[in-house]
Amino acid sequence: MGANIADKSEGKTWDGGSVKPMGASYGKMMMWFFIVSDALTFSGFLAAYGLTRFKFIDIWPIADEVFTHFPFMHGAHAPMYYVALMTFILIFSSVTMVLAVDAGHNMNKKKVTFYMFLTIIGGIIFVGSQAWEWKNFIQGSYGAVQLKDGKIVQFVKDGHQIALSDFVVAHEKEAVDHTRNNGLWFESGEANPSFSVEEVVASFKANHDVNLRLERIDPETKEKIIVSRAEAFRFLEESARVVEGANLEVNEYGSAQFADFFFFITGFHGFHVFSGIVLNIIIFFNVIIGTYERRGHYEMVEKVGLYWHFVDLVWVFVFTFFYLV
Amino acid sequence: MGHAESHKALIWKVFGLLSLITIVEVVLGIIKPEFLFKTQFLGTSILNSLFIILTVIKAYYIVYYFMHLGDEKKNLQYSIVLPLVILIPYLATLLIIEGGYVHDSVAQYINWRY
Repeated sequence: MGANIADKSEGKTWDGGSVKPMGASYGKMMMWFFIVSDALTFSGFLAAYGLTRFKFIDIWPIADEVFTHFPFMHGAHAPMYYVALMTFILIFSSVTMVLAVDAGHNMNKKKVTFYMFLTIIGGIIFVGSQAWEWKNFIQGSYGAVQLKDGKIVQFVKDGHQIALSDFVVAHEKEAVDHTRNNGLWFESGEANPSFSVEEVVASFKANHDVNLRLERIDPETKEKIIVSRAEAFRFLEESARVVEGANLEVNEYGSAQFADFFFFITGFHGFHVFSGIVLNIIIFFNVIIGTYERRGHYEMVEKVGLYWHFVDLVWVFVFTFFYLV
Repeated sequence: MGHAESHKALIWKVFGLLSLITIVEVVLGIIKPEFLFKTQFLGTSILNSLFIILTVIKAYYIVYYFMHLGDEKKNLQYSIVLPLVILIPYLATLLIIEGGYVHDSVAQYINWRY
């Protein structure tokens, strides 16, 4: 176990002797190299996202139009405010972490405990926020129609997207959801969408101020193209199904790959945050019971601190590439 | 290690800087100034390039001040930073060029007239 406390291994040949070319303890150096490899993993994911995005550069969803929710502000159009808040929460928990490391250098057990606690709370709030963001994305906010060739068309009024429920009149529902109670007992089907394709098309015909918007981006204005009503009817003739929300297969905001990458990359990052919280909690209790006080140094806090800052670092890039660029 | 003096003032300064950059990014992302957003440069808008530069600056401050990489020995610093600085731009450049190429060859066959 000497390797864990490299400070005390000086002179022992089998621990590498007293020569430390990198000037860091074994544990800290290995944390750094783990971070290097993890950074390359995330880079691979984000680069793959970049490839897919450039491949579909003219039909990629615009993030401002996808993530518009803010807690306790129903129906408000608040692009990016929420992720900006999440970014602050994570940066702030990074600050409390580095304050804990700093207090550790001064052997101040009380302050290390306090700042570790704040860091854990910040991490939990962040993961909760991410869960809320996922919920909104999965439920969707407007609803759209998917054409037979897979394209998504959305509905707009006065240039702003409107929800299906804002203009579609539903008739009595004929299709019954397939649940475990009424069909095959061992499986359940997907829930039917709130409206059928026929209802959407009929309501579109009846509402002359509703227009159809394509996934396609006009390179001049950098906005999604809205087609004339005459053209819209030709599009709607190709309707296949009503889409509400997003999953791995279809996505009311446009390209399905957008949802796939969103779930995968933010999910992988969220899993890192979760692991970080678990590690922080373990170290937190070790601090409380005085393990590091007895050991004579708080280097373990430094090591989990490195991991925690790395998680923050990755989020900075995810924030840029998913929400800003 | 040991009883170093506290760096609290520096930590809060770095936090202020990171917050400031984030606020600038969010404000730019919401108002999207025309001359930055619509001007194309190196295959993307100047605004996007600006976001990436600001992000790299943020990354630098997190790594050097929060992760204290600046306090490590030079050889450890380089063995961490160099692989990332060489490999990531290399991978990203190749994949993004390839993505643009696939788009140029495939997009023309997608039908937008019905």
